[in-house]
Amino acid sequence: MNRLFFVFGLFVTAAGFTANSAFAETPVEVLAAIKAEASGTPGFQGFSATRGESFYKTKHNHDLSCASCHTDNAAAQGKHSETGKVIKPLAPAANEERFTDMKKVAKWFKRNCNDVLDRECTAQEKGDVLTYLLTVHK
Amino acid sequence: MLRAKDFIRMFAVAVLVMGMSVAPISGVYADDDEDEGDDEGQQVVVSNALWKTECGACHAAYPPRMLPAESWHAVMSGLDKHFGSNAGLDAASAKEITAFLEENASTKGREASGKPLLRITETREFKSEHDEVAARDWKNPKVKSPANCGACHTQAESGDFSEHNVKIPR
Ligand code: HEC
Ligand code: HEC
Ligand code: HEC
Repeated sequence: MNRLFFVFGLFVTAAGFTANSAFAETPVEVLAAIKAEASGTPGFQGFSATRGESFYKTKHNHDLSCASCHTDNAAAQGKHSETGKVIKPLAPAANEERFTDMKKVAKWFKRNCNDVLDRECTAQEKGDVLTYLLTVHK
Repeated sequence: MLRAKDFIRMFAVAVLVMGMSVAPISGVYADDDEDEGDDEGQQVVVSNALWKTECGACHAAYPPRMLPAESWHAVMSGLDKHFGSNAGLDAASAKEITAFLEENASTKGREASGKPLLRITETREFKSEHDEVAARDWKNPKVKSPANCGACHTQAESGDFSEHNVKIPR
């Protein structure tokens, strides 16, 4: 009986995992979607990893930068600046779950940009940051 | 061979494993034990997948049993300005999580003050459970905040706060 119980449990767990790991998008697709959004703004000339890096590392408001929680090295494990909770690496090279779900990406850009800049990020800023993050290696 | 009762039990566990919400089934996790020093840390863990990802991103997903329903209601009503962070949620997610939290909330006596407490760390229970933790341990930069349960409760992520899994960082 116990054995059966265990096997059934494993089955259900495995089913759960499979469902969770099916990525909806790839980081390149996410970047393309941001680009489509940015293309609508006048004077758009493409994204820049250099600009993205400086945006990511600069302290904006409240003495906060993206690096305050995601660390200067986006391939490393981060730490929440208020609660101390560990945050998995933000760079896709170090964490294959990153930028694979458009809805999740949009939600966190909205929250984190509000915390750091007191406003939402522009499509230009989001695209620059992602372009930069895609250049970060392990 | 497989009696209905066994099947129901298996199903209940399977649902728990998958991280879905379980309605209160008396006897499964209900805490009838009202006296001080009960094994609060070891109750059967209820879970809900959405709550765990949404409320476990910035800090440990604080178990619903640690605050009364009115406190959860107040916390969930102000997510856009949540302890200095923006934790805003879409309406459907907020509704599901609020229901889960309220259903599994603490049923112990209210705090003395009129307004619902928003912080677990300000509840009488939290204070009595932690009265032996030294001031210098709270101030340790590795702990950072009393709300950082995971700094000391090594299994906080899985909802286990039992004293066997406590390790204060030095
Ligand atoms: C106060 C801490 C904090 C700050 C500051 C912060 N983040 Fe985050 N960020 C988080 C947390 C927590 C998560 C979600 C937890 C997780 O997914 O590991 C997250 C997730 C994200 C994600 C989701 C990525 C994915 O696909 O999983 C993006 C994008 C992101 N952050 C971008 C930024 C940018 C850009 C900035 C700077 C404007 C920034 N963050 C600043 C804490 C922070
Ligand atoms: C964007 C980040 C973020 C998200 C998402 C988030 N929180 Fe918080 N939460 C915080 C911060 C920051 C604090 C303050 C921590 C401190 O004082 O150390 C906090 C504190 C709390 C506290 C008080 C802890 C204490 O006892 O001191 C509760 C309760 C709480 N959150 C519940 C929730 C619930 C429920 C959810 C899901 C709907 C949630 N949080 C999602 C950032 C977040
Ligand atoms: C600085 C370290 C530290 C932090 C941070 C911390 N705790 Fe504790 N906690 C302890 C210690 C030490 C005990 C007592 C263990 C014992 O009884 O030996 C304890 C006991 C408990 C107990 C009672 C366990 C039992 O089996 O009786 C609960 C429940 C609990 N903590 C919940 C929390 C929650 C929830 C948080 C975050 C909001 C938290 N703790 C944060 C150190 C900590």
